[in-house]
Amino acid sequence: MKRLLLASCAIAALAVAPAAAQQKTVKIGFVSTFSGPVAAIGNDMRNSFELALDHHGRKLGGLPVEVIYEDDQVKPEVGVQKVQKLIESDKVDFIVGIIWSNVLLASLKPIIDSKTFTIVTNAGASQLSGEMCSPYVFSTSWNNDQTPQAIGTYMNQKGVKTAFLIGPNYAAGKDMLEGVAATFKGNIVGRELTTWPTQVDFQAELSKARNAKPDAIFAFYPGGPGIQFITQYAQSGLKGQIPLYTAFTIDSLSLPRLKDLGLGIPGAQQWVRDLPNEANKKYVADFRAKHKTDPSFYGSQTYDAVPLLDSVVKAVNGDLTKKDAMRDAARKADFKSVRGNFKFGPNHIPIQNFYLQEAINEGGEFRMKTVATIVENDQDKHFQKCKMPN
Amino acid sequence: MLYLLEQSLNGIQLGMLLFLLAAGLTLIFGIMDFVNLAHGSLYMLGAYFAATFVGLTDSFLAGIALGLVATFFAGIVLEVIAIRPLYGRDHLDHVLGTFGLLIFFNELVRLIWGPAGLTISLPSQMLTAVQVIPGIYYPIYRLVTIGATLTVALLLYILVMRTRVGMLIRAGASNREMVGALGVNIKLLYTLVFGLGAALAGFAGMMQAPLAFVQIGMGENILILAFVVIIIGGIGSIRGAFVAAIIVGLIDTMGRAFLPDLVRTFLSYSAGSSAGPALSSMLIYTLMALVLIFRPEGLFPASSK
Repeated sequence: MKRLLLASCAIAALAVAPAAAQQKTVKIGFVSTFSGPVAAIGNDMRNSFELALDHHGRKLGGLPVEVIYEDDQVKPEVGVQKVQKLIESDKVDFIVGIIWSNVLLASLKPIIDSKTFTIVTNAGASQLSGEMCSPYVFSTSWNNDQTPQAIGTYMNQKGVKTAFLIGPNYAAGKDMLEGVAATFKGNIVGRELTTWPTQVDFQAELSKARNAKPDAIFAFYPGGPGIQFITQYAQSGLKGQIPLYTAFTIDSLSLPRLKDLGLGIPGAQQWVRDLPNEANKKYVADFRAKHKTDPSFYGSQTYDAVPLLDSVVKAVNGDLTKKDAMRDAARKADFKSVRGNFKFGPNHIPIQNFYLQEAINEGGEFRMKTVATIVENDQDKHFQKCKMPN
Repeated sequence: MLYLLEQSLNGIQLGMLLFLLAAGLTLIFGIMDFVNLAHGSLYMLGAYFAATFVGLTDSFLAGIALGLVATFFAGIVLEVIAIRPLYGRDHLDHVLGTFGLLIFFNELVRLIWGPAGLTISLPSQMLTAVQVIPGIYYPIYRLVTIGATLTVALLLYILVMRTRVGMLIRAGASNREMVGALGVNIKLLYTLVFGLGAALAGFAGMMQAPLAFVQIGMGENILILAFVVIIIGGIGSIRGAFVAAIIVGLIDTMGRAFLPDLVRTFLSYSAGSSAGPALSSMLIYTLMALVLIFRPEGLFPASSK
């Protein structure tokens, strides 16, 4: 009898143990790019994420955090594998990150099917804002076309009459060119989409742009290819002849390599390192103390994921099975964002300001600077296509 | 018209790059009868060496010079350790062996230089364009690469056709045993030729590095084009490689410049963007197929074996 009692105690203990252990840590799968010429982006995102976790005492809603970092190698087929691995074998509570729109589009199905709560911290594919929106997927970035729309508006202000558009041939590149075309009122005299991510020699396209004789060129080239584009734009002698407008091409990551070449080329962004709010000041100062350089907007969006997750885990007291309550908490965007406060639209994409930014040389250090606000409280134009299932 | 001329220059510049790569490949293939899939790895190594030395010496020219020497010796070490045992074997063994080397070099570079890759910055005076003829501005650096490659091509021609070493190389290509029987150290000769081929590939990588990225696997796509070039030009023929490289460079660039617009007149805009580059690379392979059908030895076959 005694033995039986002991055995049943042991069984009871066994049965209880996993349930308790399950909620002891919050497991986060972080998908980004850590290899190749765009690895700098992934590293910046990871650094910002780690810094944000440090700022939260490495706890979310009081629970300790475990992060598993995975490299998508800029390949949709690799990205989707990593996401599946995180969901199925690591059984993560959250997926965070994802730079590339095509990687996101490939990964959305396993994410939505498994109802894995996900914070996208960069990729802004229009489909996510529209027909592929999901109750458990939130974005701390933007929809792809919002930033180029802001630049298109700015080009109108500058009196640009004709423009040549160029970008890489993948989901985001197409969205970006559509974005400029949507707000730019002048004439578009040429559009080029180049092979992504392999083509980094843009000489033939630059010759084409020169031949089209536009008032301005618009370019979207994130990461290392952006450095190549800006360098070749200067090499081709176009810099003094046809002004360049950009989206996601010159940032805190590319600027230290571009140096003078990055000056005098306007871009738009929803966050700049000098935005005057307390959360941002703390973020940028601590990031600089640790990494001796400014964070990029990629980092800022990823930093924001942590307080957002914190508010979500807090709202359910660490019971991560209450997904609907978590979703309702996330929708409030109840945290201090480093971009200043914002609201989520019905499709879980931020409604936020977009700023004009330029590079400056501040005593030998090349940094980004906010010049003006181009649009306030901008909402993406796809939200009506989102039929959010509840 | 000016635009056509400017795009032709772009095509020639790409052709020059292909020539540097193809020259080494065709030397090794034509003379030693050795298929070297790891040639692209030497292209990559050259770029990594140059990027490292440019960083260390703070001088573009010194970096390139040191990089060339380093790639030459890397080629020699590679030949002695890994390539030599494969000479007498079947082509399939060459392919298998050098494919293994290709993977080995990718991982080696990952271990030494990390996964992120490097960049080479140009001296500031190379960061502008000059007016080649009225109305055409062309980047100085690209003119420099064209000039440097032409010089290399000329030197290579003199070396192979006008010097004693060149005579031995040509003799070794025609009849290995006979050259050996006449008391020439054919082993050493092969090692030197392999080193030369490596240096040429490395030089191509270095010249391209400021225009692209120094990254793992950078030589793999371009190596395929280099193989096409030596097939069109005639295996073992440096003159053939030169002409074929320019033809392939022109087709690729002209295709990229004009085909998307042409396709867009029939199909949608984005279909044109996708189909244009695809069609222009198809043109290159179509040319290769035609050459294989009508002139299987290539446009300029090397003297018969």
